[in-house]
Amino acid sequence: MSTALLLDLAHVPRVDQVGVEERAAALGKRSIKKSAKQAGIRLAISMLDLTTLEGKDSEGKVRQLCQKAMRPLPGDPSVPHVAAVCVYPNLVPAARAALAGSGVKVASVATGFPAGLVPLPVKIEDARRAVAMGADEIDMVIDRGAFLSGDYGRVFEEIVAVKDACGSAHLKVILETGELETYDNVRRASHLAMGAGADFIKTSTGKIQPAATPGVVLVMLEAIRDHYRETGRRVGMKPAGGVRTSKQALHLLVLVKETLGDAWLTPDLFRIGASTVTNDLLMQLAKESTGRYQSEDYFTKD
Amino acid sequence: MGTTVTDEKARAEAIKKIEAERPRLEFGGAVWDYAPAPESKDHVRLEKRYGLFIGGKFAPPRSKKYFSTINPATEEVLAEVAEAGAADVDAAVRSAEEAHRKYWSRLAPAERGKYVYRIARLLQEKSRELAVLETLNGGKPIKESRDVDVPLAAAHFFYHAGWADKLEYAFPRHRVSSIGVCGQIIPWNFPLLMAAWKIAPALACGNTVVLKPAETTPLTSLHLAKICEEADLPPGVVNIVPGAGETGAHLVNHPRVRKIAFTGSTEVGKLIQRATAGTGKRLTLELGGKAANIIFEDAAIDQAVEGIISGIYFNQGHVCCAGSRLLVQESIAETVLAKLADRIETLRLGDPLDKNTDVGAINSKMQLEKIREMVASGIEEGAEIHQSSCSIPARGFWFPPTFFTGVAQSHRIAREEIFGPVLAVMTFRTPDEAVEKANNIPYGLSAGVWTDKGSKIFKITAKMKAGVVWANTFNKFDPSSPFGGYKESGFGREGGVHGLRAYVALSGE
Amino acid sequence: MQRGEVSRESVEVRKTYKLYIGGEFVRTESGRYDPIESPKKKLLANVSRGSRKDLRDAVAKARTAQAGWASKTAYLKGQILYRMAEMLEGRAGSFEDLLRESRGTTAAAAKREVRAAIDRLVHYAGWSDKFGALLGTVNPVASSYFDFSVPEPMGVVGIFAPESPDLLGLVTHLAPAIVSGNAVVVLVSERSPIASLEFAEVLATSDLPAGVVNLISGRKEELAPHLARHMDVNAIADAGEDTALSKSVAEDAAVNVKRVRRYAIRDYYRENAQGLDFIEAFTEIKTTWHPIGV
Repeated sequence: MSTALLLDLAHVPRVDQVGVEERAAALGKRSIKKSAKQAGIRLAISMLDLTTLEGKDSEGKVRQLCQKAMRPLPGDPSVPHVAAVCVYPNLVPAARAALAGSGVKVASVATGFPAGLVPLPVKIEDARRAVAMGADEIDMVIDRGAFLSGDYGRVFEEIVAVKDACGSAHLKVILETGELETYDNVRRASHLAMGAGADFIKTSTGKIQPAATPGVVLVMLEAIRDHYRETGRRVGMKPAGGVRTSKQALHLLVLVKETLGDAWLTPDLFRIGASTVTNDLLMQLAKESTGRYQSEDYFTKD
Repeated sequence: MGTTVTDEKARAEAIKKIEAERPRLEFGGAVWDYAPAPESKDHVRLEKRYGLFIGGKFAPPRSKKYFSTINPATEEVLAEVAEAGAADVDAAVRSAEEAHRKYWSRLAPAERGKYVYRIARLLQEKSRELAVLETLNGGKPIKESRDVDVPLAAAHFFYHAGWADKLEYAFPRHRVSSIGVCGQIIPWNFPLLMAAWKIAPALACGNTVVLKPAETTPLTSLHLAKICEEADLPPGVVNIVPGAGETGAHLVNHPRVRKIAFTGSTEVGKLIQRATAGTGKRLTLELGGKAANIIFEDAAIDQAVEGIISGIYFNQGHVCCAGSRLLVQESIAETVLAKLADRIETLRLGDPLDKNTDVGAINSKMQLEKIREMVASGIEEGAEIHQSSCSIPARGFWFPPTFFTGVAQSHRIAREEIFGPVLAVMTFRTPDEAVEKANNIPYGLSAGVWTDKGSKIFKITAKMKAGVVWANTFNKFDPSSPFGGYKESGFGREGGVHGLRAYVALSGE
Repeated sequence: MQRGEVSRESVEVRKTYKLYIGGEFVRTESGRYDPIESPKKKLLANVSRGSRKDLRDAVAKARTAQAGWASKTAYLKGQILYRMAEMLEGRAGSFEDLLRESRGTTAAAAKREVRAAIDRLVHYAGWSDKFGALLGTVNPVASSYFDFSVPEPMGVVGIFAPESPDLLGLVTHLAPAIVSGNAVVVLVSERSPIASLEFAEVLATSDLPAGVVNLISGRKEELAPHLARHMDVNAIADAGEDTALSKSVAEDAAVNVKRVRRYAIRDYYRENAQGLDFIEAFTEIKTTWHPIGV
């Protein structure tokens, strides 16, 4: 790793756990009601990376998910389609076919997801093939073992290589914050990933808890903000894992709004990785428009 | 101190230039904004007219005078409140004395404690009502009255209730007894919380109380009186006598008052110290401040920026321990100030009842004028002003979050307490310079120190001439944690074991 | 021996009693003096009648010395106080003589006072590394912070020593003030200043840093108001007898919110004339908060 990078990493700001969690919790107390809630829920839906990442995933399952992605609430055109569907590489073609012409992007995990403990050429090939099969976006994982053992150069170079393999596909770099454990690590890893060319930084694979906690999201957003101030480049953010309720989703929007501002409130720069949050968003939306509390029986489980 | 005014100005200019070239963040809310979320007022039962609370009941004042109390956010009159004159104060003191002699000092300590616990519980039960009332009368954001003032007030009663039967453990080798009637005078910035800080330890230690709330914010104290009634607190144990400075003077000078506790300005504190000199009255003073918030280059910067924000904009800066002087190390000044400029744009100023409001109304017209006068002096003395671009409501008293750069140690805004949302920013180069600048002030209430280096924390916090030092945090309060000042910020402590000292008489005294 | 007789013996060298400021024995800048007589009207010494400028100098020296003294380890401060006891013990005889001569007390009474003064110094020497543990607390706050309170010195403390007992009274108020790290300016007994001024020699030979204790003799009525109004004095221990003066001192002290502690101790020999309360009176409590996190 270059001396410049090492020097740079040494200047990554430290994070105080209590302070960052207090700030994140304070933003969680924003009161989002009525029109703000409706608009926020629609915005959150448009930012979803609807995800299925299970060993039992099949083309049929993916096709169903794609239906939900394109028309989250059939019959209500005011509800936008989600941002992307996120699947394993083998299921990219099925997703691609199902989503054709919808505007919903296909995202694929790659690079030996979820552990990332495969040789670099395999990672590169994994990403390259996913793109070749039709993925618009690649969600790669960093080598947390290398990161935690201080081999930042290796992590950096792997991201650079995968970014190169992605070509025009957008690269999201998963830090797997639950394994990095400390906010200092999260902040440093964010810096490293952005420096290596990540288009998005993403909290988690969804396989490890804790995942997209408000504190972690805030730290990553602050890293993005500093990167923007220093370079003028807007990096996107994707919390993923553990986002199950509308309240959580709206809290994430608040974090973005008050840390990065208006420019980031777009699916181009903010995504929420989730598999189950959609119905809660839809139920809350229905509650806002009808004034009645909703039942799961009225919303499709796909 | 090697930094001259010109150095500071040059630095401010350079920072401005760099800022202009930087990518900007936009917080206008163009894409998605919060809808108004006002807390409902329905739950509050305001009376048209409040009497004095003396001897366990509300009664019209002998003074026959009433004053209007308003909502500073709208300038609307909320209620008429009785003003206590000399005869009223005398009646309150006599009632407190009698209650002390006949009942409260004879009650078994554990039983006394149970009354105080009752008050704590009632505060919790009525938390929403009290929070709304506090916000209506004082202008502070509902999120603060809801999450800080009211819960902390309840916590103070709960904490001190438990001391009632344990005072011998706090003062070993002493026989502990109560003092008698305590005259307590509180400010308008945390009306209910300050009443709790004063009343809870006084009652727990077996004293009785005559409390004068500030003239702009009497309502929560009067509702606290109702709570005392509801708790069946014996008549006369707590008396509430609203009024202005004159009422306070009657209380301070009353010969049957055994102890005075005052929270307010240093100017008035000195008058009270003079007035009580040689009278044998005990005195504790919690006065003004001009705290330094020191940010070292190795600090967790984003949390430090939050500390700056909560340090000076919490409660519109109407906080005696506010971090009103920012001392930032030169090597990170540019970064910190850029972040600060961004951050004040996200502060939401407006309707204090709105649950998303961060900055509420200035407490009174008089205070607003004082803030304006100080800000004008800052501009005149050559400091550069930075203000949030937030819009200001047409009615009521408001001042936008503000900070000054290019401030010299000699500027008035760096030396005098403004008691508003106005921060004076100065830079330093070495730890010694930071310590020297921080302590170079007659006040000594609080200080903030931000560094990620443990040994530096202990060194610098130890050198602060201040009664409360927040390291890597700011404006934190707890009933178990002693609070009070050095130097002209007053003497005595409130809270914790040390706070009890002001409310007990020890054998041999 | 009569005046005019030719002596065959060596002529006695008499001592000049000066002020003790900044570790130096100095005459008052005012050039004034007060003759001090024994009860039998024998002239004992011409003692410096200190002025407000002497007071000013003493406060400046105390201020300069205070931070360094406070930063000495508790162990070292304790040893220095113990050394003061050793020095006083070594000169016990001459102090007894002085007390006897200047106040006309009996040998037994003089001895009792010197013994008590020595014991008091030993008492406070032992407090040095203990009072902090008793006055400090760790506060169980309801949030993720480590919160603790420790006693710190107030800074510069003005002491009005009692008129009597002059030596024991001086030690009673001086020792607890300095053991916590304060520096002091003492107005010694006005009627019987000699033993107190002699005590400067104990201070000067005890490794006590210059300026930590400053002793000034003179008229309390003249000097006390200047000390009370001095903007660089943090606190006052007032053990004077004059109630009217005490009241005006307490009023004047408000100029900079000085902490004033009035002492009216009837019996300086009693055990309750010493102890932790005397130390606590001239400490400030500092509370420090720090987050607990990783």
